[in-house]
Amino acid sequence: MSKTLKTAALVGAVAASFTAHGTAATAMEKEKCFGVSLAGQNDCAAGPGTTCAGSSTVDYQGNAWTLVDAGTCGDIELPDGRMGSLEALERDLPKS
Amino acid sequence: MITVSQDAFRAGLLDARVPVPEGLKDNEGRSAGRRYAVYRNNVAVSLREALETGFPAVASLLGKENFAMVAGHFLRQSPPASPLMMHYGEGFPAFLEAAEPLAHIPYLGDIARLELAQRASYHAADCPAFDPAVFQDLSDETLMAGYLVLAPATKLVKSRWPMLSIYRYATQPGAAKPGAAPENVLITRPEFDPVLHPLDAAAAGFVQACLSGANFGAALEAAGPDFDLPNTLSLLLSSGAIAQLKL
Repeated sequence: MSKTLKTAALVGAVAASFTAHGTAATAMEKEKCFGVSLAGQNDCAAGPGTTCAGSSTVDYQGNAWTLVDAGTCGDIELPDGRMGSLEALERDLPKS
Repeated sequence: MITVSQDAFRAGLLDARVPVPEGLKDNEGRSAGRRYAVYRNNVAVSLREALETGFPAVASLLGKENFAMVAGHFLRQSPPASPLMMHYGEGFPAFLEAAEPLAHIPYLGDIARLELAQRASYHAADCPAFDPAVFQDLSDETLMAGYLVLAPATKLVKSRWPMLSIYRYATQPGAAKPGAAPENVLITRPEFDPVLHPLDAAAAGFVQACLSGANFGAALEAAGPDFDLPNTLSLLLSSGAIAQLKL
């Protein structure tokens, strides 16, 4: 019981510091403007379907998995050694 | 005059080996074979580009050509189930995890999950700002029995990989190389764009319990003894994660 007593007081104290700042109302005052703030790091936030660019590239339908160029995953080493580079990936591809 | 059924038209769209539907003519009565091929190409390429747009970190990790190939497999196996293209790719994380040639990059699925969750957060409904004063002067019983309802744009992605570091390494030039520790991510949308916050396991347990409808007391239980309530509550309040405290 003493633990929950402490918790309620704690929660009240934390909340009080935010009440004082009065930050709550600011976000709702602006209007959301799709697309404007999405440059750079947030490119993925809106996702597909938000532009209507035409397609002029060619899609070649392949059935085999043949990994070719190297992505950034080849630079990442994680401790259990399973994070191999794309070289390892290609080596382990099933022969077909 | 329609001489080709929609089913026949659709059947060949995602499979270049299926012949052009019989009876497909242009407006001068000539066979529309090559035009159908152009249409077919545009369908596949536009879906692939939708995946590239939606999963930039996965694309960076795999490399452009590898991603195009992986996406080509996925889009044929899982064409969009809805015309809302901003949600396309819901099955992509599981697809990446199940794909044997990608088994050596086991964190790819979680990275894709993180990207999907950001999109979901971006497109989630707005909700009125939460007033922290609601937390004042509550009795313990009332608080513990209350429900912390999180905003529609608040998402949690848990991972056993250093997911956030990998994501940043893949998308931000100059980002540090990922370390070894697992990382969970809380996504909030304080204003217009989703913001990513690292969460330790206890805080993630608390947020997950809240998201799955547990009351405050049960969420505290779920978080366990290592839970840092003041810091987590500060984060939730400052990042606009909370919709309401239902008493």
